[in-house]
Amino acid sequence: MTAEPYDRFASRAADFGVEVTRVAAADASSTIETLVERPAVGAALPWADVTLPEDVRTDPTPAELDEAVTGVTAAAFAVADYGSIALRATPDGTEPVSLFPDRHVAVLREADVLPDMAAAFDRLGETFRATYGSAILATGPSATADMGELVKGAHGPKAVDVVVVR
Amino acid sequence: MSSKGHEAKAARIRELLETEGDAVATNTRGFNTGRYESVAKLDDYQRLRQEAREIKEDAIERLPELLEELTETVEANGGTVYVAEDAADANRYVAEVCEARDAERLVKSKSMTSEEIEVNDYLQARGVDVVETDLGEWVLQVADESPSHIVAPAIHKSREGIAALFNERFDPDEPLETAEELTMFAREQLLERIKGADVGMTGANFLTADTGTMALVTSEGNARKTVTVPDTHIAVAGVEKVVPSVEDLQPFVELIGRSGTGQDITSYVSLLTPPVESPTVDFDDPETPITEGSPDREFHLVLVDNGRLAMREDDTLRETLYCIRCSACSNTCANFQSVGGHAFGGETYSGGIATGWEAGVEGLDTAAEFNDLCTGCSRCVEACPVKIDIPWINTVVRDRINRSGDAGQFDFLVDGLTPDAESGGGPELQKRLFGNFETLAKLGSTFAPLSNWVANAGPVKGLLERTVGVDRRREFPAFQRETLVDWFDDRDSRVPADPERKAVFYPDVYTNHMLVERGKAAVRTLEALGVEVVVPRAPGAGRAPLSQGMIATARSKAERVADALGPYVEDGYDVVVLEPSDLAMFREDYAHLLPAEAYEPLAEHSYEAVEYVYGLVANGADADALASAGGPASVAYHSHCQQRTMGLAEYTVAVLEQRGYEVTTSDVECCGMAGSFGYKEQYYDLSMDVGENLGEQFRSLEADHVVASGTSCTDQLEDLLGDPPRHPVELLAPDGGD
Ligand code: SF4
Repeated sequence: MTAEPYDRFASRAADFGVEVTRVAAADASSTIETLVERPAVGAALPWADVTLPEDVRTDPTPAELDEAVTGVTAAAFAVADYGSIALRATPDGTEPVSLFPDRHVAVLREADVLPDMAAAFDRLGETFRATYGSAILATGPSATADMGELVKGAHGPKAVDVVVVR
Repeated sequence: MSSKGHEAKAARIRELLETEGDAVATNTRGFNTGRYESVAKLDDYQRLRQEAREIKEDAIERLPELLEELTETVEANGGTVYVAEDAADANRYVAEVCEARDAERLVKSKSMTSEEIEVNDYLQARGVDVVETDLGEWVLQVADESPSHIVAPAIHKSREGIAALFNERFDPDEPLETAEELTMFAREQLLERIKGADVGMTGANFLTADTGTMALVTSEGNARKTVTVPDTHIAVAGVEKVVPSVEDLQPFVELIGRSGTGQDITSYVSLLTPPVESPTVDFDDPETPITEGSPDREFHLVLVDNGRLAMREDDTLRETLYCIRCSACSNTCANFQSVGGHAFGGETYSGGIATGWEAGVEGLDTAAEFNDLCTGCSRCVEACPVKIDIPWINTVVRDRINRSGDAGQFDFLVDGLTPDAESGGGPELQKRLFGNFETLAKLGSTFAPLSNWVANAGPVKGLLERTVGVDRRREFPAFQRETLVDWFDDRDSRVPADPERKAVFYPDVYTNHMLVERGKAAVRTLEALGVEVVVPRAPGAGRAPLSQGMIATARSKAERVADALGPYVEDGYDVVVLEPSDLAMFREDYAHLLPAEAYEPLAEHSYEAVEYVYGLVANGADADALASAGGPASVAYHSHCQQRTMGLAEYTVAVLEQRGYEVTTSDVECCGMAGSFGYKEQYYDLSMDVGENLGEQFRSLEADHVVASGTSCTDQLEDLLGDPPRHPVELLAPDGGD
């Protein structure tokens, strides 16, 4: 585990078929723009320097969720060893937005790439005891082998992109 | 079991081998291979297992206290906790919640605990439409079949079978064919049902007492939808699922996917502290933004006892409660790989650990139905992420089943063979026959070769099959008139002038009475390396009775072995053992049978024969005193299952390679014979099906030599390949001329 957390994260995520792009904050919005297929829904990003494209619908209706091709959300942190991202269950709908559309674009700060599961659960333990919150550790797209071979997109997204903002 | 019973069981197994065997075999072997690859990537795999084990030990020890803490936390979070005494109690509560919410449809993500309480039937009878949303579970719901695997419930169904089912049931415009088409079809069908759901039900893989967080380990995303879409969430979980804190989840999250399906991690690990803050998604009101809907979520945690708290008080069954239901013990099990959970399983659970669950939850009768399918090969022990001694649970439950049964009608045949009467009803005749193999072997040698002709003669075989269920297609092993001990006694002493070490060679029943040549080879090999060898008379190790669940008999054998070998060990002798299943007794099982002061010295000073050779050479003995390949020669080596679990196969490979052989090891978990298992008429077909994997591999190798470490593997390979394999030590022994 000698590689930098980011490199290790990117290579592990790639093992699960996730595309990872690293960008400067100034370029983040335009990178997201290129990854979003319309119609798109989103949950607002919690940073002042990165914003969602204009036409990404936040506060979506069930109908919009259903129709959306892409969902854009923040990820609270990532786990380098596993290529996993943590999605918080927020009142503005990170969970359904990251789940219903076929494509999920997650945005992450590089400083939040944690090296391993031990670090991840230290952070989760601390947070949960303070907030009693919920999070999903998501690794790659939704998948199933129940129909005889591996298929992506069982109930959740078929494709996942991660934008890592420096 | 009567002869009729044996036949019925054999017929059922044959049917499953034919209908479900191929799909189960492909899938479980894929998972098993994946497990080996995935855990190998972890630097600290053994440390994680140890941590996971300790967390579970501690949690079950402190269970009442942790349940109290969990209840307080969940209630402080705004949820409700109900501790259900049994299935009926749990179902009644769930139905009440559904009624109070006027629920017409409940969507479920996969949960074994909910299978255990059979909540689907209960709710459906009360007018609630219950829909399984896990794709595999849904297939079974459509097909009206039961799960055959604890993680991949529809593992017994092929893609073609599912396609035929869907095409017939749903009559789609275009017939479905590929896995992709089937998955997308199911996804759409299920999404429609989730949209109209009033209640979502999940299980919980783990629950943390400190925060009331539940972990759900899934890949499809259906659990996420099940929890998020409806406003009411019911989680049904066994009381054993609680761990102290969020941090305790870490080793389990790292181990569960790797151990089960061979995935480093599953797509989703939901860590939910309900009621969750995500907005509900009300598809009945499609135009109102979800964030404006009522966030008025309801959460009910139903903690199911159903026998678990009693299991906690039971010294053997308690370990079952550490089980995280990863399925590694099913996937690594040679018998399970062939026949699956519909034979190797009870009401709900399947695989090796099912004996513990079913005995605790349903009772001994249910466990008795399939408990015999555990042969004690021990391959699951190293696979289990929480280090449960699964074979021991099977042995103890088998012992209890024996004691609860009726004595059979052919008692007179084996009465004389039972040195230590097991109390209570006593094991069935077939078990007693195999459990007392030592007595048979002694008679066999005394009357050899006559005994061999008689045992393998048609009329006797027929009688044996009818009365005790020894399959007539098996040849009885040939007993030797001159036992190893007799040979050794009659031979001139060969004590080396200045012995490097002193060893007592343990004459196990098989080596002493049947495979005498391998014993002679071992003695010569040790002597060639400068060891002073003695071969005393010693009783059987007790493996045979232990494998039949005859623990009292096994214990008395263990005591006699300790009496016989103990003084040598005290005197500075090493104990060298050829039969791996007996070495496993000395090193592992005797811990259960003997007091520590008798067990520990014996365990510490016992060695497998070739392991010992390896050690001698590594410490300076001259390997050239041994025979060598003498030119290019290939060896196909099947190590014994228990030998592999003890980590001893490598030594044989290393020593053979050192002597110039090119060695290929078998890649199966077990040969399928497993002691007496393959001799039993009800399991003959299964045993041969398992063995065929080994047969296939070895036939294709066309090696110059086939060698095997264990007696049963030797018998099985002879039946599979036509010729008996030799023991590796027979390739190493210098010519002795005696
Ligand atoms: S007993 Fe061990 S290997 Fe078997 S399912 Fe339970 S945790 Fe997994």
